[in-house]
Amino acid sequence: MSDHNYTPNSKFGKWFNDRLPLLTLANHLTEYPTPKNLNYWWTFGGILTFCLITQIVTGLVLAMHYIAHADMAFDSVEHIMRDVNYGWLIRYIHANGASMFFLAVYIHIFRSLFYGSYKAPREVIWIIGIIIYLLMMAAAFMGYVLPWGQMSFWGATVITNLFSAIPLVGEGIVTWLWGGYSVDNPTLTRFFTLHYLIPFLILGLVVLHIWALHVPGNNNPVGIDIKKPSKDTVPFHPYIVIKDGFALLMFMIVFAFFVFYTPNILGHADNYIEADPLVTPAHIVPEWYLLPFYAILRSVPDKLLGVVAMLSAILILAALPWLDTSKVRSAVFRPLYKQFYWILVADVLILGYVGAMPAEGLYLLVARVATAYYFLHFLVILPLLGLREKTTPVPLSITEPILGGTSNLATAKNKNDLKI
Amino acid sequence: MSEKKTNRRDFLFTATYAVGAVGVAATIWPMIDQMNPDASVKALASTEVDISAVNPGKTITVLWRGKPVFIRRRTDDEITEARAVQMDELKHPEKDEDRVKNPEWLVMLGVCTHLGCVPLDQKGDFNGWFCPCHGSHYDTSGRIRKGPAPTNMEIPKYEFVNSNTIKIG
Amino acid sequence: MKKILNLLSSILVIFSISLNVVSAEKVEYLKTDWSFKGLFGKFDRASLQRGYQVYTEVCSSCHSMKYLSYRNLAEKGGPEFSIEQAKAIASSFEVIDGPNSDGEMFTRPGKLSDKFVMPYDNVKAAQAANGGAYPPDMSVLVKARKGGVDYIYSLLQGYEDPPAGITLDDGVYYNKFMYGNKIKMSNQLSDGLIQYADGTNATVEQMSKDVTTFLMWAAEPHLEARHKMGFKAIVYLIILTVLVYFSMKKIWSRIETKV
Repeated sequence: MSDHNYTPNSKFGKWFNDRLPLLTLANHLTEYPTPKNLNYWWTFGGILTFCLITQIVTGLVLAMHYIAHADMAFDSVEHIMRDVNYGWLIRYIHANGASMFFLAVYIHIFRSLFYGSYKAPREVIWIIGIIIYLLMMAAAFMGYVLPWGQMSFWGATVITNLFSAIPLVGEGIVTWLWGGYSVDNPTLTRFFTLHYLIPFLILGLVVLHIWALHVPGNNNPVGIDIKKPSKDTVPFHPYIVIKDGFALLMFMIVFAFFVFYTPNILGHADNYIEADPLVTPAHIVPEWYLLPFYAILRSVPDKLLGVVAMLSAILILAALPWLDTSKVRSAVFRPLYKQFYWILVADVLILGYVGAMPAEGLYLLVARVATAYYFLHFLVILPLLGLREKTTPVPLSITEPILGGTSNLATAKNKNDLKI
Repeated sequence: MSEKKTNRRDFLFTATYAVGAVGVAATIWPMIDQMNPDASVKALASTEVDISAVNPGKTITVLWRGKPVFIRRRTDDEITEARAVQMDELKHPEKDEDRVKNPEWLVMLGVCTHLGCVPLDQKGDFNGWFCPCHGSHYDTSGRIRKGPAPTNMEIPKYEFVNSNTIKIG
Repeated sequence: MKKILNLLSSILVIFSISLNVVSAEKVEYLKTDWSFKGLFGKFDRASLQRGYQVYTEVCSSCHSMKYLSYRNLAEKGGPEFSIEQAKAIASSFEVIDGPNSDGEMFTRPGKLSDKFVMPYDNVKAAQAANGGAYPPDMSVLVKARKGGVDYIYSLLQGYEDPPAGITLDDGVYYNKFMYGNKIKMSNQLSDGLIQYADGTNATVEQMSKDVTTFLMWAAEPHLEARHKMGFKAIVYLIILTVLVYFSMKKIWSRIETKV
């Protein structure tokens, strides 16, 4: 990479850089050769970074006013909403920020699925991403517990009880998680601690995620390997920075609309009722971003198997680089995969929908079919498709039109290398 | 690149940067202001104190805005002593008459103006207060006489609601 | 630009799906114009002041509002009573304070900084006095009920004789907007029940609307500030987005690829 040879211009810069190569890093980040054909689906990486920082900053502020105690948590949240200067703004940003974060991460994940970004040599980026996603779910879940409303309490009860499905030690684990015989003050304080910790773990993993990305470089909509830097790339700054910035602003407009005009629409009314261990709300529904997995959990009639199915639905993603046997990355050149991709998107949306509905009758049937299809997609369709599918010709480079020469990625790659 | 083109581009970029900077500043402000006293703290600004049980020569200490307020019922000797002081002897010249509403009652913030400790009553070289932290001596009017404190102890806003009640704040 | 529109529309599709999920099981509530809805929505001060009167004279004998203080009544964006009026309201309530220097609790007239006086000492006492049903605290009630203001507004006017075939236990009433139709609060409002200070005719509809407006403010005291700031923020974001868009075009024009 070119940045290894970077020498700062100023004498002090050189002195400093020899001791701590921050300037080399900055130079690497600005000069980083990025495929010039990245579309707007690629801007969600930057948007997610923004979301993480927003959550950390607003969360830090809220923690200054929040009291992690079963008797005072609900009151302290109301105190934030009423008396703290701009408290309402900061809390609504944080609460809606979680939803925006998940919206962005789902787009980011589905972009990766469409363009085959998880395939070699980017498996490690992908797996780190899955871990980040799991941590996000943990952070979001624990964050939702903190206001200590009815949904907080009962959500915590239901989710922690999932662990009781583990044979033999399950009950012991649940008691250990609770620090008592039910969700109570000890549970709240530890959830608060972990909710504070996890975002920093995520931040660390994001650094690794980006580091791992910068080794092979970005995938791109065409999905071919490109020579870097070359006619096919642009420096990250200013080209990608401004483009990411533009997309981020569009995203922020949507975000602002939620915060300022419908701040509670993504939440649940029951969470404005203080936690009551004696009364369960009529419908326990997780936040929208967890609904597909909730549907999978409920579609299996066995307690243990339901939990296993739900966890597998996420963990199966980690095996995706090896389940997808196709050599071609981008769905653009995979006519069949493209169709199955959209069926999967629909399947997940359906799961999300039935996850919010009562688990009975037609809803339950639909949830079961959709769950079965979800696993079918990853375990059967993808491996077979890679072996059978006839892909369309892949171009040799981004700048060159399709030469009609070869549809073989390996050849294309070699040709590309020849152009050095 | 021609001169003209550069100018136009510069203007667009400058405007973008400027507008962006305004937004960043506007976003930072709520994050800073949230640490200022909130509405409920500001509302607790006044306290009423019943002073009927305080005998001459005694001091009571009450909490106001999280800080101690000394309410001392001074003896005649103390009043005379406080009023006899010449202004040029004082580090922070203030007449005793200006520090009290009723000579019998000295109401002041019991916080040393040096670094915020609470001075001890009826200690020190001037029969007033003495701060144990860094040795500031205050007289019977709460004025700094010796030691590192720069100014006299502060007089809060207060009023006599009636002869037995003082409202601070 | 087309790509961006695609992107936006997909975001909206995803959200409208989740919104539909949220708003499923809709009951047809009674409709009225809420002045606080919409981009520039503001509270109707007179309605808030009347609503406060309904709350004090009718609801407050059972329902607490523990997160509100008397000072809130004079704050901007609320009923905006004058400071003097708010002080007079506060001092009309007896507040328990203490302990005094003898270690005893005592009562004194309320101050602006005091929280609204609660009708019962605790939840148990409230339940005992109301046949086992706890009259919920009203501070955030509007946000704690699906359907929000429309629900509360309808509920107050939804009392009816039970349809044939439905029997009600003692102390249970029929309300067509209540979840399950059975409610433990009897019909509280009747035409002319109170005498509005501003002379407005106190119909059930009027009182329902006023008190619901008041409850909305109680649950969202910064609603006006939020709407105002939101408009500014979004206008600002649009301006910056346009500037960044043209800057982006300019920068990308250096290479032949289009954005």
